[in-house]
Amino acid sequence: MKLKVIGAISLLLALFFIVSCESETSIEFKRYYSVGAEIYQTHCQNCHGANGEGLAALIPPLNDSLFLKNNKSSLACYIKSGLKGTITINGKAFDDAMPANDLSPMELAQTLTYVCNSFGNKLNVITQEQVQADLAKCK
Amino acid sequence: MKKLALGFLVLAMWSACKPGSSDKKTLPIFGSREPVTKIVDGKSVTDTIYQTIPKFKFVNQYGDSISNKSLDGDIYVADFFFTTCPSICPVMHRNMLKVYDAFKSLGDFKIISHTIDPKHDSVPVLKKYADKLGVTGNTWWFLQGKKEDTYDIAEKNYLVAVKKDSSAAGGYVHAGYFVLIDKQKRVRGAYDGTDPKQVDQMIEDIKSLQSEPDEIITQ
Repeated sequence: MKLKVIGAISLLLALFFIVSCESETSIEFKRYYSVGAEIYQTHCQNCHGANGEGLAALIPPLNDSLFLKNNKSSLACYIKSGLKGTITINGKAFDDAMPANDLSPMELAQTLTYVCNSFGNKLNVITQEQVQADLAKCK
Repeated sequence: MKKLALGFLVLAMWSACKPGSSDKKTLPIFGSREPVTKIVDGKSVTDTIYQTIPKFKFVNQYGDSISNKSLDGDIYVADFFFTTCPSICPVMHRNMLKVYDAFKSLGDFKIISHTIDPKHDSVPVLKKYADKLGVTGNTWWFLQGKKEDTYDIAEKNYLVAVKKDSSAAGGYVHAGYFVLIDKQKRVRGAYDGTDPKQVDQMIEDIKSLQSEPDEIITQ
């Protein structure tokens, strides 16, 4: 009997921890995401559009999940130092330059979390620590 | 009695909803104007002469020379931009594409976008820009000319409908306005090209200009 009670309690406790852990990451995600949305409006939206749609063949859309995934660790550098050269987005080539945006690592993380989880993308949270590590490897 | 009142109410509501011709608004005419008195058939007649867009000469994205004459008989929209502008120009031209798509199949409508950075925006650069925007044909011209000429016509003519802000020196030339010009080359409206709602309003206003009867140009 005692064993059953202890078992039940520990099961409940384990469940509680799992749930609280999950909600903690989801709170972190929401915090990054909502601030990121505001930074996006100020720094990115004019060119990339409110729905990440880009502009014809001039400015690439931000809905190529595969490109974002394959270049995940370079994205912070792209924003921070700008991007030159040709990139292929959704099978189309874009060769106009993107100007640099001097954002802090935290702001970059928030913006990337927003972009990588909007417009049909689902790449989860991109943390400040991750961005700092990526920035150290900028070419 | 009650029935009568109800009848009135219904009538009032019906007439309020009726797409009446009387309340159809005419677009204002901007710029300076002066009354001119002439003697016609022995009688003195007073006319109003409105400010019109003067002569100009620019080059479009195809390298063709474009003058005021190239726009004779057209309703058109003018704006000012440069291809490397990272701030408001993409928004303006995202919105202008909507205008282009709405009227590109009509013969009497044009868009002219003047570059304010002619040094960088050469004819080939403008052509490439137009191509990338998906603009073909002769509905939307990207015009290049002397910087002074562009600023001059912008400030003295196209932007007369825009309240001048002395603190922004030359700033309103690059404030993202779309200026609507009628077939008589008079300024009929100025809209914030970065605001989709105002651009929608402009599309409506272009339609109402198209249905405006052709006036006899008195000069």
